[in-house]
Amino acid sequence: MFEKTEVTLDELRHLVSDRALGGDTVLLNMGPQHPSTHGVLRLLLELDGETVINCIPDIGFLHTGIEKNMEAKTYIKAAVMTDRLDYLNTVGNNLVYCLAIEKLVELDVPPRAQVIRVILAELQRIASHLVWLGTQSLDLAAMSVFLYCFREREWIMDIIEMCGGQRMMATFIRPGGLWRDVPEEFEDAVRQFLKIFPARIDEYEALLTKNPLFLERTRWIGVLSREDAIRWGVTGPSARASGVNFDLRKAQPYSGYEQYEFDIPTHTDGDTYVRYSVRIEEMRQSLRIVQQALDKLADGPVRSNNRKFVPPPRSELGTSMEAVIHHFKLWTEGFLVPEGAVYVPVESPRGELGVYLESDGGPKPYRVYWRTPSFVNLQVLPLLSKGHFVADLVALIGTIDIVLGDADR
Amino acid sequence: MAGRFSIEASQFRGETSLTVMPDQIVDVCRSLRDDFSFDMLSGQTAVDYWPEQEPRFHLIYQLYSLAENLRLRLRVPLNGNAPSLSTIEEIYPNANWHEREVFDMFGINFEGHSDLRRILMPYDWEGHPLRKDYPLGYEEVQFSFNYDEIDRRKPYARE
Repeated sequence: MFEKTEVTLDELRHLVSDRALGGDTVLLNMGPQHPSTHGVLRLLLELDGETVINCIPDIGFLHTGIEKNMEAKTYIKAAVMTDRLDYLNTVGNNLVYCLAIEKLVELDVPPRAQVIRVILAELQRIASHLVWLGTQSLDLAAMSVFLYCFREREWIMDIIEMCGGQRMMATFIRPGGLWRDVPEEFEDAVRQFLKIFPARIDEYEALLTKNPLFLERTRWIGVLSREDAIRWGVTGPSARASGVNFDLRKAQPYSGYEQYEFDIPTHTDGDTYVRYSVRIEEMRQSLRIVQQALDKLADGPVRSNNRKFVPPPRSELGTSMEAVIHHFKLWTEGFLVPEGAVYVPVESPRGELGVYLESDGGPKPYRVYWRTPSFVNLQVLPLLSKGHFVADLVALIGTIDIVLGDADR
Repeated sequence: MAGRFSIEASQFRGETSLTVMPDQIVDVCRSLRDDFSFDMLSGQTAVDYWPEQEPRFHLIYQLYSLAENLRLRLRVPLNGNAPSLSTIEEIYPNANWHEREVFDMFGINFEGHSDLRRILMPYDWEGHPLRKDYPLGYEEVQFSFNYDEIDRRKPYARE
């Protein structure tokens, strides 16, 4: 079963140019353990001197079989695995999975829960963009930006920890609402963040936006045309920087996004620099959404009252026999979901994050398919990198903002 | 369109699915892209209905129309014996990786695909993990008291 085999050039013959076979160009491995490949990504490069002729991405090093695993777990238990897919967008992963279940069983979500979902999802988007900004500028040798970005990201992580008890894998969003209500100090903490963070964005911009070194490394590097973006199914900030005005929060609103006023920053140049400015502007727009959401945060329940799908509050377990039965049923067998299939997409920091959920009527999902933005967006890397230097390739891996846990699932 | 192809439409929770025969998938996709402005392939996957054999698989294509803001799902039933159908790579280039993933996970062959290799699993892997007859495996947890015993029968690639 574990015979030693090798990948030979013959198997990759159709991917490289004829010059590689003759020895004119050099084949070089970049990764999987290269600091600028943002996770474990291997690139097979065909180089002519320092110019990239061909770039063949090889993924799968972070494949964890989550789709297979979810088929063997009840819906609630499987929710815990969704955090582990895209570890920079854990709230968004919970959200899309819960939205899919809620669509299948037609479960209601109370307004307060929806507002908190939006606040957390937008904070998570800022945190994800901060990691992106930090690592992208680190790749381009601007070390200090990385430190500032992670300082503010930690602040958001603290807010998420305050709600769910965990910095990253909180599984705070559950089918039918939230795990529990946010603590009292939540609102103050977020308001404090809203007050200080805009100045911090200006700080990053002061370091980068007009920095000639940064401009030199990003302007007109890796231009993605609008046609190519659509043909290759690119979504998210990468597509919006190429002039595709597509954001699911506006196009197909979910969780009450239609109630908030915000703009979708777009640009037409499609190079690495405008992808940077689109993401910076997106952080400002996310702040606007969080501000509006906080202002309309009213008291109320945070979980649906449908006891067939949502566990009863712990306080009822001591007094109500029915609550005990429901609790027992939900944590042993799980809930039964009607037969059918739905596809639910949300806007993750990287693009369209979709879940195709198929149920056979039982307590476990029959098939869960994750349409992940990193997987689809990574496919344009060969297109972007052709003709650029190896040093620019480092900037290009960063600019499409991939998370390999998201790509490999 | 219904006149040219044998298509069945169905609605569920506000989502539209079309059931398309495998030999027509390329023409249906081309028609949807050119005449109905479904210019994006959002996702592509398969579902295994084992032990059912005819059809054993359903291929799922999620299409999106940027101009109309519409979603459409195509379902293609496929029999269990040497499942194979044409690639739609020339219509939606990003089907390249999606089809590689379906090939890797379900063992469905795509005729005319430019680069049909495994994408997520190692290149020498046996079997197709997302098939329903593929068992869900696990790793035995090694503690200090049973480390050596488990280590002896663990399948490593040994020198």
